[in-house]
Amino acid sequence: MKNVLILIFKRSGASLITVFIISLIIFIGVELLPGDVAETVLGQSATPETVEAFRKELKLDLPPHIRYGAWLNDFVHGDFGNSLANGRPVSELIGWRFANTLFLALSTAMIAIPLAIFLGMLAAFYRNTLFDKLISTTTLSFISFPEFFIAYILIGILSVKFNIFPSLAIIDTNMGFGSKLYAIFLPSLTLTCVVTAHMMRQTRAAIINVLASAYIEMAEIKGINRLRIIVHHAFPNSLSPVINVIAINLAYLIVGVVIVEVVFVYPGLGQLLVDSVAKRDLPVVQASGLIFSIVYIFLNLSADILSMLSNPKLRQSQI
Amino acid sequence: MLKLLRQSPLSARIGMGIVLLNCLVAIFAPLIAPYGETSVVGDVWESFCGQFYFGTDHIGRDLFTRMVFGARNTIVLAFITTILSFGFGSFLGFIAAVKGGWVDQIISRIIDIIMAFPTLIFALMILSVLGSSIPTLIFTIALLDSTRVYRLSRAVAMDIEVMEFVEAARLRGEGLWWIIRHEILPNAMPPLVAEFGLRFCFVFLFIASLSFLGLGLQPPLADWGGMVKENAGAITFGIYTPLIPAAAIAFLTVGVNLIVDWFLHLSSGLHE
Amino acid sequence: MNNLIEIKNLYIEGFYEEEWHPIVSDISLELKRGEVLGLIGESGAGKSTIGLASMGYARQGCRITSGSINLEGIELFDATEEDLRLVRGSKIAYVAQSAAASFNPSHHVIKQYAEAPVHHGLMKYKEAEEEAIEIYRRLFLPTPEKIGYRYPHELSGGQLQRAMVAMAMSCKPDIIVFDEPTTALDVTTQIEVLAAVKEITEKMNKAALYITHDLAVVAQVAHRIMVLRNGRLVEEGETRTLIKKPKEKYTRELLNVRALRETKAITDKMDVILEIEDVAATYTGHENVLEDINLVVRKGRTVALVGESGSGKSTLARVITGLLPAIHGSITFLGKKLPGSLKKRKKEDLRRMQMIYQMPDTALNPKQTVREVIGRPLQFYFGIRGQKAKDRIKDLLRKIELDPDIYIDRLTTELSGGEKQRICIARALAAEPDLIICDEVTSALDQLVAEGILDLLQDLQNKTDMAYLFITHDLATVKAIADKIVIMLEGKIIEQGEKKKVLAPPYHEYTDKLLASVPEMDPDWLDNLLDERASTFI
Repeated sequence: MKNVLILIFKRSGASLITVFIISLIIFIGVELLPGDVAETVLGQSATPETVEAFRKELKLDLPPHIRYGAWLNDFVHGDFGNSLANGRPVSELIGWRFANTLFLALSTAMIAIPLAIFLGMLAAFYRNTLFDKLISTTTLSFISFPEFFIAYILIGILSVKFNIFPSLAIIDTNMGFGSKLYAIFLPSLTLTCVVTAHMMRQTRAAIINVLASAYIEMAEIKGINRLRIIVHHAFPNSLSPVINVIAINLAYLIVGVVIVEVVFVYPGLGQLLVDSVAKRDLPVVQASGLIFSIVYIFLNLSADILSMLSNPKLRQSQI
Repeated sequence: MLKLLRQSPLSARIGMGIVLLNCLVAIFAPLIAPYGETSVVGDVWESFCGQFYFGTDHIGRDLFTRMVFGARNTIVLAFITTILSFGFGSFLGFIAAVKGGWVDQIISRIIDIIMAFPTLIFALMILSVLGSSIPTLIFTIALLDSTRVYRLSRAVAMDIEVMEFVEAARLRGEGLWWIIRHEILPNAMPPLVAEFGLRFCFVFLFIASLSFLGLGLQPPLADWGGMVKENAGAITFGIYTPLIPAAAIAFLTVGVNLIVDWFLHLSSGLHE
Repeated sequence: MNNLIEIKNLYIEGFYEEEWHPIVSDISLELKRGEVLGLIGESGAGKSTIGLASMGYARQGCRITSGSINLEGIELFDATEEDLRLVRGSKIAYVAQSAAASFNPSHHVIKQYAEAPVHHGLMKYKEAEEEAIEIYRRLFLPTPEKIGYRYPHELSGGQLQRAMVAMAMSCKPDIIVFDEPTTALDVTTQIEVLAAVKEITEKMNKAALYITHDLAVVAQVAHRIMVLRNGRLVEEGETRTLIKKPKEKYTRELLNVRALRETKAITDKMDVILEIEDVAATYTGHENVLEDINLVVRKGRTVALVGESGSGKSTLARVITGLLPAIHGSITFLGKKLPGSLKKRKKEDLRRMQMIYQMPDTALNPKQTVREVIGRPLQFYFGIRGQKAKDRIKDLLRKIELDPDIYIDRLTTELSGGEKQRICIARALAAEPDLIICDEVTSALDQLVAEGILDLLQDLQNKTDMAYLFITHDLATVKAIADKIVIMLEGKIIEQGEKKKVLAPPYHEYTDKLLASVPEMDPDWLDNLLDERASTFI
């Protein structure tokens, strides 16, 4: 157990360093902007006064390392600066949008992860049957489709043709939980299709890998029935690889969420990021990019820790 | 090779047909297209007819023409990017595997950091700083994608590197390049070829997604992702115009994936 | 007495290269209570397939096509999955070659012991636990009360293998199938497992099928032996008769492996090829895996480096070749001190020291032809190309007794294991070396093939006066080929000298144990040894 704690500690430390380096990269990225940031962003028509004001705004008159320190310090304290586009504090723009994105991503994950594991296990146990082939073909199509294709097909059928769900996922703070869920049904369904397809394919592969082990054959030879072999022998050893699969595929959730938010005009962080990139609203891009990265790193970290805890060789070693 | 093709399953043949069709369209685009890439020739969102096979788009350009040129622009861009990402990623991967030690450590840690960003977010941030242009797009996506190629080619090369025939070559006194060229590369080809297909799909979808977000190829150049975005409004009127370029994207990636699946099955089967 | 199991006219097919091929043909066998039947043969003989088929089990890609498997009155050939499940584990049990892979890494060893009896409804978990401890004790496992509550990765190879023998006994089956249970173990550990097998078959009166490639091992435990080749029966007989008077040529060949070769005398006047002085090496930086290594190899002679797994013999090869630079000491090759690291050595020095590996499959690039493999050192060291190279390659192929016209353009994947190893030898010969390091070169090969390789090596040495450093764990091979023997244990050389001195009394203590642990082709050898050990311990 002690070993695992040390491993977890090391792994968390590495993640923290990664976050730090990423914040540095994001910061330097803006620094590297060719020419003067202010002139590039404000364009040719900017007067010297506006450029000067802009430089003050971005603290461009200070040396880089001090600016980085100040920026990081502000970030940690929840002050992300002001938007260049409309002058409002970035934290205000991001706050409820981030909550919305989390709401969409979490509700998708709640459906997609169990579904993917369940389907993946079924496909693995009944591999090379018609059921397996059917599922494999379907998931192959889903991972080949761009998210917006699935989204527009769903809109075309469920929203335009049958008029069951709204084609725009508009939510506001006053809505009840139920109506929020109703509003995000289509974006969530789109994401679920994509994420489940990716996860399920790899879950299937991971479990087939476990099923090919000698100890599974041994259990069969000992006359243990199928159900017990699955629950008792295959499942505990599949946990670690399956958790890894889930972690890897959460990346698709993060990418997918950005696109899906744009399709359904959902007021989330992804849409804000895309809009700000188009407007070159750098403080917003910096802040939302860093938030996305931190969430991603955190997800990977938790998956790694869970995977370590489910590996008997690590968990039990007393050396 | 011909024998392999003759034994290929139906799914792989469909895949090859799709890829071939797309390539032909891309190559002969100007000959196939009835109108100019950017000429406005009709009303907004006209429906299918003899004059406009796929109808017209949101400002009255012939959608079929746009699709044909879109194939050319998108596929060529994706192909160049994949080759670049592949060359870069596998080059570093092989070096890291064969050299080992601190070379491997340094390259791997840098790659880890890049991979700690979600790809789309990273691309969006680079584009926000540098602005979207074709070279920026190619290099950004190639850089991001090469991290996956690096991981795979390093892993594959490591598996080969521990084989005794590589040790035998080292003991003979062979240099780094000879070992990579003659001992590692020929054995790494099957998994890398399959990966090339997968990476192409990924890059292709990625460019389409960026274009869809308005940050990829810039109008008036025709490109499938951008065309979906331009015509997105039509869907709420029950007009399915945006689905056509979206379906084309899906069609091509399914095709490539079918071939890759067959290839993976083939190379895993040969190992057993 | 009635037969516990009767197999009649068994045919099994395997699916490869897109077709079904016969892998077992027309095998019949029967087994009475208290009887042990040995199945022996080289790889591809179908031994394991028959062992599994006796439980009505066929691996993925195999199918039992016809025949009858009658287990205590139950026909297994056309039994339903559920009927088979009820029989497996409870009436007939299986002990696999690799215990490490066959135990589920997620559960305690004792839990896996108890699984079958509880699942088959024979006893409660508590009772199973008590019986497990009792059986662990009988199989001489250390701390039998506690050892079961460990995870498989916390047990040593020999302990795990005995725990698996115990597990097979958990439902008190009438028949046990042992499938190469000692092959993956060192000789000294092998004894423990063989003793456990004896304990079960003799004192507990079980019937057993014992599958192995090693005739000397099977002679210790089996009453009757069936010799198999390519899925067919070659010969069957009582153990003693079969060993004394084999009827078939193939059986005689199996019995006669490791013919002793001439031993050449070594004198101090002979040219020193390689001298190692005071060498120490480490992987981690803290712990030395090699210490105080001193060793001399002389021209035209074979030095055998012997030790069990973990003794450091392969590490020493890495140090000599420069893959792992020594942290202490010196290596002198042909009168010159060699730099520790491979990169700093001269091409000429590399040429004169060549290496041959254990696994011919991984020692040859699967994408190259024989011509490329042998041609490369010719080009690299001597700059020979084109027609001249081709003539030289053909010449080398003739030296290793392969027909040049047939083999020169073959891919290495199109060769058998023995042919591959010959190509490896040719690759080493092409460099015209003074020393060849042979790292377990016969361990992965079937006995008769290995014998051919040893013959070839000896023959080449007689012609060219090369020196060999022969690394092996197999004492039979050492006896057959060595002129001088070096015995290693835990990273140190504990004894070295000319073969006749090392292999004659007075023995060094560890050498004695090592020698005593090698099974002899005498059915009484194990019993005598165990008796002897019991008397000395008490």
